[in-house]
Amino acid sequence: MKTIIPIGPYHPLLEEPEFFKLVVEGETVVDMDIRIGWNHRGIEKLAETKTFDQLVFLVERICGICSTSHPIADVLAQEDLAGVEVPERAQYIRSIVAELERLHSHLLWLGLAGHFIGYNTVFMWVWKYREPLLDLFELITGNRNDYAMLRPGGVRRDIYKKDLPAIRKVMDELEPANEMLTKAILDDPVLNARLKGVGVLSKEDAIRYCVVGPTARASGVDIDVRRDEPYAAYDKVEWKVIVQEDGDVLAKAVVRLLENFESIKIIRQCVDRLEELPEGNIWNPIPEMPPGEGIGHEEAPRGECFHYIRSDGGNYPVRVKVRAPTFSNLPSFKASCLGETVSDVALITAGIDPCYCCTERMAAVYDGSNRRLYDWQDLVRLSQEKTEKIRKELGR
Amino acid sequence: MDVAEKIRAEFGERVDLAFRSPKRLYLLVGKGDLPAVARFLFAELGARFCTASAVDTRAGIEILYHFFFDQLSLMVSLRTLLPKPSPQIESIAPFLKGAEWVEREIADLFGVEFLGHPDPRRLILPDDWPEGEYPYLRSSD
Repeated sequence: MKTIIPIGPYHPLLEEPEFFKLVVEGETVVDMDIRIGWNHRGIEKLAETKTFDQLVFLVERICGICSTSHPIADVLAQEDLAGVEVPERAQYIRSIVAELERLHSHLLWLGLAGHFIGYNTVFMWVWKYREPLLDLFELITGNRNDYAMLRPGGVRRDIYKKDLPAIRKVMDELEPANEMLTKAILDDPVLNARLKGVGVLSKEDAIRYCVVGPTARASGVDIDVRRDEPYAAYDKVEWKVIVQEDGDVLAKAVVRLLENFESIKIIRQCVDRLEELPEGNIWNPIPEMPPGEGIGHEEAPRGECFHYIRSDGGNYPVRVKVRAPTFSNLPSFKASCLGETVSDVALITAGIDPCYCCTERMAAVYDGSNRRLYDWQDLVRLSQEKTEKIRKELGR
Repeated sequence: MDVAEKIRAEFGERVDLAFRSPKRLYLLVGKGDLPAVARFLFAELGARFCTASAVDTRAGIEILYHFFFDQLSLMVSLRTLLPKPSPQIESIAPFLKGAEWVEREIADLFGVEFLGHPDPRRLILPDDWPEGEYPYLRSSD
């Protein structure tokens, strides 16, 4: 007998609500549907009423977690349109801010994934190590979130030489912590049993659904805009793209954990270079925005963030198109969730790192005449109980 | 043979070069040929579909289909014009799963009809939104 489990769409405290309709037979998910748009803010339309300089601040408010990804994509589109070169120092600063953001975003994901499977120790440890990153943001940008560092043609604020030791210190402390976390997760037999083979997105499906970022790289699709169309300082430093083949939740976790090491490596090299370059030259003004169109895309923590801007030569864009990475990644649930059990849905959903917390809402399960109520907490509980069961079976 | 030449060899005069720089390639394609060119880029040349962006212009709804060649660092944008009052084009979603939501979004916001779309329901607009009103059209300003 088929049962429908609706999850979503709203929680008033959270951004980006989503609606999932799961069709289950017993425990197994046999079909699903996703609807979005409950909190559509019309930012693309609003963007047409902003000047090109104001636009950067508007797009910064699209997302709170990757609040520097949209501004980078936006200024890249504007620079593509205007044909402006960005000073070298600003390039390194852009990379530092973007990689710090990737670190804090990946750690946030790891902590929440730990919580979903009932490993609250992971959650608490990871968030402990994430906190110094936010303090560092406050030190170098003035804010823990929404850093307002980007500006068309460069950056708004220098990272001063006196602040560089603080960045190095946080990296030196984070590296062993990330190593410990990586080993703890990869060596844990319970976690391996819980995450391996769950929610597999095959390489063929990854290509078919055009997924991006860690979701694609965990399925063996070797793409990363930082390497494939280098912006900021990514072509000036040594680092590598992390690719895993399995496509399951474990592979997605491994990709993010290993990417953290690469981010630390990138930040260190950028900091070294900032030490050598003279302070001050961080912006080339754009005197005039010519008519035409520009495309900017960059690698956000969740994947490629894409901006398209069209100008008629005035001070306002006539069209701004934004495609966030989750828009590309969400539909792939249909490929990764079918055939899995209800207790794994929370985890698979978390696997692509959407703003999944937004799905937190009461959902009703209609089962013949018996009406049972499930909410997001129940799905998390089901997931945690499954981990507990595996733990007992493995005798740990 | 680079991407532009391959497309030219396959489609000849049916595809027009509009703009070219080392990292960008804008091509003009008639709306009848667009699905075939999109399929060629995706299935034959291995491009990744990024998204499509619609613009409301005087002549009609203009759609740009953005494809990225990750290995070549090249963005290819196919530009096509759908005349008003009833903008229509054949859907590319039957062979390109990743375009499903993109087309549904444009249908919601610009009123473009994607013929043959496998799942042409609303994606963004609420179910009780009035029929025939499209919020991103200039006439809705």
